Amino acid sequence: MARKILMCGNEACGEGAVLAGCRLYAGYPITPQNELTAYMSKRMSETGRIFIQAESELAAINMVFGAAAAGARAMTSSSSPGISLKQEGISYIAACELPAVIVNVQRGGPGLGNIAPAQSDYFQSVKGGGHGDYRLIVLAPASVQDMLDYTFHAFDLADKYRNPVLILADGLLGQMMEPLDLKSTVHSPQSIEKPWALTGCAGRKANFIRSLILTDAELEAHNIKLQAKYAVIKENETRAETYNMKNAEIVIVAYGSMARIGKAVVERCRAKGLKVGLIRPVTLWPFPDKIIREAAETAKKFLVVEMSAGQMVEDVMLSVLGNAEVHFYGRMGGMIPSEEEITAKVEAIA
Amino acid sequence: MTKKNVKAPVKKEQAVENQTALVFSRPKSLRDVEMHFCAGCGHGIAHRLVCECIDEFGIREKTIGVAPVGCAVVAYDYWDFDVTEAAHGRTPAVATGIKRIHPECVVFTYQGDGDLAAIGTAEIIHAANRGENITVIFVNNGVYGMTGGQMAPTTLAGQKTTTSMAGRSLRRDGYPIKILEMLAVLPGVKYLERVSVHSAHEIMRAKRAIKKAFKTQIDGKGFSMVEVLSMCPTYWGMSPLKACERIRSDVTPFYPIGIVKTY
Repeated sequence: MARKILMCGNEACGEGAVLAGCRLYAGYPITPQNELTAYMSKRMSETGRIFIQAESELAAINMVFGAAAAGARAMTSSSSPGISLKQEGISYIAACELPAVIVNVQRGGPGLGNIAPAQSDYFQSVKGGGHGDYRLIVLAPASVQDMLDYTFHAFDLADKYRNPVLILADGLLGQMMEPLDLKSTVHSPQSIEKPWALTGCAGRKANFIRSLILTDAELEAHNIKLQAKYAVIKENETRAETYNMKNAEIVIVAYGSMARIGKAVVERCRAKGLKVGLIRPVTLWPFPDKIIREAAETAKKFLVVEMSAGQMVEDVMLSVLGNAEVHFYGRMGGMIPSEEEITAKVEAIA
Repeated sequence: MTKKNVKAPVKKEQAVENQTALVFSRPKSLRDVEMHFCAGCGHGIAHRLVCECIDEFGIREKTIGVAPVGCAVVAYDYWDFDVTEAAHGRTPAVATGIKRIHPECVVFTYQGDGDLAAIGTAEIIHAANRGENITVIFVNNGVYGMTGGQMAPTTLAGQKTTTSMAGRSLRRDGYPIKILEMLAVLPGVKYLERVSVHSAHEIMRAKRAIKKAFKTQIDGKGFSMVEVLSMCPTYWGMSPLKACERIRSDVTPFYPIGIVKTY
């Protein structure tokens, strides 16, 4: 039996990065992700890699830009207000097609908000966040184990598509401690050649990395190329978990922490004789619209549950294309919807 | 020429060869393309000096440049070595990431006064304070050139720009900023020099300073930076010659040429 260790989600995320061969981590203190920065400070030094406590979130994301441009695996992490500061850098990383991993351990907003768990950065994560037409691959872990596994996988995805990958967690996942299997799904990190990287031009033509493309036709061509890449990612990488969907008449759609509570709600409702199932998007972008659309062929009621005013619910509506009722239940400001509240909502729409 | 050289015996064949010797050529690190800079702009000179120094150290194949947002944004069109762009002002942070991954490479940023002394103030101060072993070429022409001649943090008192039409008011706009003098107090900073490119004599001095700055990095000493006072005839509203004269008469009295810190 594999040895299990007890870790919080933030630390598990850091260990996932270390196992994936992350060579540079740059971060800045912000709650509730501080355990991740502290963990990286220790582990990156132990493993002879680079840890930098940057002067700002802007500097941290741009150190990651530099390391990624230099061909190394690199990561930064933060929580909501800090992620807002990183948006400029994220847009540049996406535009320059650099592989990088960004972790957002979400907290309540807007503004400085608070340090309690929230899911109110969904729009920012999947609809743009920074300027320009770009996409991030957005992974939504729902357990401490996921924090490790998804972060590990994120580096492979980033390298494969030369695209930034965002881990969208929340304060609950970051702070919560659970037993962790370090060998569960972890294989050797993939090694991908990076002939485009800046390494000094010995024996080859000089490389350059840029996002300034002044000619309109050229910039459009660059955008078309990016969009084609995003289409391939959508085709290959869309992931969702389904739970108790057999004969489900009501479908709860929830991600991250809310999906865990959602599963408990499914059990409660099934015990009461209600045919309830759950779809948990694992990738928030690309969004698993096809799986939801197919579910809407039989299930006629959907309940989207989020720790927000209702953000992902818009994508669920776009997915069902009017073929089912879409209801919403959410709490804001760091309040976490309880099993009882959600169950009552299911009963109300049943 | 030293006395010894003058007296050195010269063979006949050598003398003939010397008559056609190549004494001036384009540095290998500088691409043979037309530059987009305005007439009389100092960037072309600064670009060339950087390339001459890289060639003379023989480090073209291990140099990585970081270009700013500003007039020098398309430096990769002119430099024939690895170059990346950086977001406005984040240049030293990007250089930090690169240098930490490739400590064996020579990594430098090339930044204007808007990029370095306004929007990127935090990044330059903290890269310097960490003693990052990088070199910074800071081109100060006292104006935002790329966006059309707005007031820069380095704009002189009374200087007219599109955002200080009546001249920079110290009361309203604050004082022109002396970055080198600010950075000099930081222990991680090893070499700082201010130079100019307004005359042949100053250009030679500028080259020596840039070379010393690269040497500082090559020797692993720590942070080095050269501020290059440069002409912007277009947004100073004067001829290239008058712009050169203005550096001597107006700019250098406030931004004195010389070594600010050395080791």
